[in-house]
Amino acid sequence: MSMDLVFRALADPSRRRLLDLLHAKNGQTLGELCGELDMTRQAVTKHLGILEEASLVVAQKRGREKLHYINPVPINDIADRWIGKFERHRVRALADLKKMLEE
Amino acid sequence: MSKFVYVTYIQTTPEKLWEALIKPEFTKQYWVGVSQISDWKVGSSWKLEFSDGRVADTGEVLEIDPPRHLVVSWQNEFRLDLKEEGHSRATFDIERTGDLVKLTVTHEIDREGSKLIEAVSGGWPAILSGLKTLLETGKPLQGWPS
Repeated sequence: MSMDLVFRALADPSRRRLLDLLHAKNGQTLGELCGELDMTRQAVTKHLGILEEASLVVAQKRGREKLHYINPVPINDIADRWIGKFERHRVRALADLKKMLEE
Repeated sequence: MSKFVYVTYIQTTPEKLWEALIKPEFTKQYWVGVSQISDWKVGSSWKLEFSDGRVADTGEVLEIDPPRHLVVSWQNEFRLDLKEEGHSRATFDIERTGDLVKLTVTHEIDREGSKLIEAVSGGWPAILSGLKTLLETGKPLQGWPS
């Protein structure tokens, strides 16, 4: 899976919003996602397609419905490329501190 | 229902990926040092064991079709609040797509807002990235500067 596809998919704010929605509630239908977004159904379908191509979203059939799941593995692959296993705790601690101070 | 689906594409063969998934000499290198212990038949007991011998999770092999498909029931054993949730289900699907092998890991439990699923969801992405690195480079993910 190419990292270019992942970065391209993440470059768009609407697609990041879709990932936020799936992060908050995993396994949603197209209809549920459309209900949360100010976009046409076609636009949401297109964005989901680009996210699926980058493997950031996985669609699984359940009966007649298709449920969409966020797949964070490609983002983890990117993190692993530049963040060492032992630095991760420190980076996480700094991120937690930032979050706490900004709340 | 709480459920997560994780997918990774790995440059390997289904047979090598299967071995890397179930053999302790491989899992110890990318899966926080754990071993899966089972004799890998339907109905056999299954457990995930830390390197110091403590048991992390227990369950049973529900479906097995090497090197394509494995389903285990999965109950946590070291956190009481997670153990109380009972058995979850972890499914591993392996399929060849072109010159890559697609691994899909599904972890689910029949309850809303499961803490077990939340807890494992933090672990799976790192485990799968480590597995991919191990199979593609032959080396475990390394954090030390070389």
